[in-house]
Amino acid sequence: MSASRTIEFTLNGRKESAAIETHWTLVELLNRFGLGGARESCGQGLCGCCTVLLDGVAVSGCLYLAVAADGKSIATVEALDQSGTLSPVQQAFIDSGAFQCGFCTPGFVLMTHQLLERNPDPSEDDIRHYLSGNLCRCAAYPEIVEAVRAAARAIKQSR
Amino acid sequence: MNQIGRATPRLEGRSKVTGRADYVHNLRLPGMLYGKIFRSTVAHGRIRSIDVSDARAADGVFAVVTGEDIKTLIPNPYYGPAFHDQPILALDKVRYVGEAVAVVLAADPHAAERAVQLIAADYEELPPVFDEVEAVTSTAIVHDELKPAGTFADLKHLAGRKNTNVALDYQLRRGDVKRAMESADHVLEHVFKTQQCMHTPLEPIVAVAEPGDGTLTLHSSCQTPSFVRMEIARLLGWPENRVTVKVPFLGGGFGAKVYVKAEALAAALALLVRRPVKIALTMEEQFYTITKHATTFRIRSGITKDGRVVARECDVYWNGGAYADIGPRVAQKSGFTAAGPYDIENIRIDSYEVYTNRPPAGALRGFGIPQLVWAYECHTDLLAREIGMDPLEFRRKNILADGRPQATGTIMQDAAIGKVLDAIAERMNWSAPFDRGTGTLRRGRGLGIGFKASISPTTSGAIVNVSADGSVVVYTNTIDMGQGSDTAMAQIVAETLDIRTEDVKVVHGNTDVAPYDMGTLGSRSTFHMGNAVKRAAEDARAKLAALAAEVGLPAGTNYAFNEIFKKRYGMQAGNVIGTGTYIPSYKPTDSKTGQSDNVTPFWMIGGAGAEVEVDTETGHVRVLRLVNAADCGRPLNPKVARSQLSGAAIMQLGFTLYETMEFDGGQVTNASFADYKIPGFRDIPVLDVELVAATQSNGPFGAKGLGESGTFGVSPAIANAIHDAVGIRLTELPIRAEAVLRALRLAEGRPIEAEE
Repeated sequence: MSASRTIEFTLNGRKESAAIETHWTLVELLNRFGLGGARESCGQGLCGCCTVLLDGVAVSGCLYLAVAADGKSIATVEALDQSGTLSPVQQAFIDSGAFQCGFCTPGFVLMTHQLLERNPDPSEDDIRHYLSGNLCRCAAYPEIVEAVRAAARAIKQSR
Repeated sequence: MNQIGRATPRLEGRSKVTGRADYVHNLRLPGMLYGKIFRSTVAHGRIRSIDVSDARAADGVFAVVTGEDIKTLIPNPYYGPAFHDQPILALDKVRYVGEAVAVVLAADPHAAERAVQLIAADYEELPPVFDEVEAVTSTAIVHDELKPAGTFADLKHLAGRKNTNVALDYQLRRGDVKRAMESADHVLEHVFKTQQCMHTPLEPIVAVAEPGDGTLTLHSSCQTPSFVRMEIARLLGWPENRVTVKVPFLGGGFGAKVYVKAEALAAALALLVRRPVKIALTMEEQFYTITKHATTFRIRSGITKDGRVVARECDVYWNGGAYADIGPRVAQKSGFTAAGPYDIENIRIDSYEVYTNRPPAGALRGFGIPQLVWAYECHTDLLAREIGMDPLEFRRKNILADGRPQATGTIMQDAAIGKVLDAIAERMNWSAPFDRGTGTLRRGRGLGIGFKASISPTTSGAIVNVSADGSVVVYTNTIDMGQGSDTAMAQIVAETLDIRTEDVKVVHGNTDVAPYDMGTLGSRSTFHMGNAVKRAAEDARAKLAALAAEVGLPAGTNYAFNEIFKKRYGMQAGNVIGTGTYIPSYKPTDSKTGQSDNVTPFWMIGGAGAEVEVDTETGHVRVLRLVNAADCGRPLNPKVARSQLSGAAIMQLGFTLYETMEFDGGQVTNASFADYKIPGFRDIPVLDVELVAATQSNGPFGAKGLGESGTFGVSPAIANAIHDAVGIRLTELPIRAEAVLRALRLAEGRPIEAEE
């Protein structure tokens, strides 16, 4: 019923290979590498908890098949503090209290990184629009807006 | 050191923003099997047969388990906090579509999922009942006999009752309602309804059971580790100490994860197959597991022509679904506040928890209060309209002040109802002219205010451990599910021991190391566990002082904790253990009159004001501004407290405007985020949050709970604002554009049905 394959990819900057079942999702692949930041929640690509960057573009890790990541570069939230220092976005999320239970937070953090790369000075409407594919049931939305703005300021100042 | 009232960033911030915070969702154990559940397709039926032969023979399947198999391990496998009515897997009967009937276990979850599709069950269908009012008199009986758990004194009289779906009939009688109604200038009666919804925590309900040598460890995403340990031990006939419940962070709870959810099934399976077993529900399956009560509330009031409410009658029907869960407590505890935060001399309340053939209902952020406030605050506006009085003035005239008796007879204390109302009025600039819109876009504004009794009888215990280097650990079974309790408990310890909050480590729920706690529910942790933690820290402080005196350090001087240990033990060694327990005083409500002069250790007060814009062509409602105010005593951490209030308000906004479980013959037809809409970034109005200046005199450092208060006033404030804008009254939640448009067209005398 299922088929196996070996795929090669870059995971958070390291070259890796894995024997996978072709029906596995990216989240299932990442779990095998002990990475739990991308989480399946709604299972339909609607909540953003499973957000993963594939060749720099955000995808829903609960829907995206691992086999399709062959030859690609995967970045997860765990890549952001590899230097031992939190990214400005992560720091801003802490300072602004932009989470409660934290389950959706990695998805919001990754999407905020992508937003600020493309639009370093987003308006509140830009922020709401860009992050509207991520859900937070604790509804820390006001604090998330505050965090994204603080992160934008911090990145600008560091340049 | 001023640790209280300080906006300390959450202790766990780093682990949450890096994705490394620990959730059971991510837990994998060596040799672990995944259990996937086969569920009932009928709402009510006797099980004729379950054919699992093809599933057992399928590739990769380790075992298939039915209710009868569970009985070989647990002869009487029924659980529940109020009634022992819920079988671990269905036995003899199924009572709702989606009930768990059988489980496939496999090392590969996909293999288990595939094999579930090979199971076939045959049922003799019975007539179902879905409506909470119909179920009271229906001949369709969900449970043959009522089986109270024995935990709650006011349920004992229900034992052995047959031929009824009423799982609790709470009643309150105060004054002479009949005479007061006769003397009133106006008597108005309305019926309000709320819908069934789901908490949808983003970490779906999950438990991992790990069998040991005569022991069992449960890793659970659970708000009540102490209860789970007791209930699992009771089911197994074991002493409690052979069961360990460990709880890391929760990816949201909101009441979905109180008492036993996936734990009993995971435990039974793990012991049957002698392997670790994970039961991880999908988002869809959560809708078949626990929900928020749908309700029907008939409310009738007598008022004088100058706007005093002299009598009120409340009949509340709670749709408990197929299993009672904590529903009977909702009917009782919320029931006694059904007349609202008003000073009314004559009150009758009848509150019924009713079994139906729907998915079970239990606690959801407010424990029934939002359903009640919805009704009594819509009703309050209609009373004010009847006599042409401003709704704010009407409320002020009737507000329940400190020193006056609440409906139960308990004298109100530290309940800043008037202040909360004033704060909302001020932030809404209520007395100033208001832009009412033009053309097809009409604007209006509305208010709503509610209150809630805290939980009792109840107990919390805590341990504070000072190590020889002076670092401090606090052990509690309070669960941080996002509300920030770790940080709050650390602040209390830090303030008491005069150290920094950041230097206190909070050990997560673990029944092997932390003392009993009733549960993280009902906004009780800040107050109940906060008091226990404060006592434990004070005990540690006293013991440290005694030790300092013993080694000859002069009293009243500043010395580092590690110096005391070094002097006492001659090296870095030893501990000081402080313990604390908090048990508030309480008197149960009388079974006939519902009266008690000590019904709660504290009151929560929450209110909201809404400004809305209604599109009269489409019925679409835009909430322009939402003001939320609460009395949370003196907030321990204002930043976290504000975030709790706005989060609760946004959640309630979803329950007000769009969230509802749709049913077809008992089958939930929208059990996914594709069809069940929760609030996202695009749905958030301008939010204005205020913590009113107040103190809870018996709370830790003047604080009390607030996790639910932000939900109270939201729904009626919006409905009252819609009424103000376009003159129509909606009496059912949710308020979708379709309902608004139908009401508008009906009011215009051209109902939509008539055109078709």
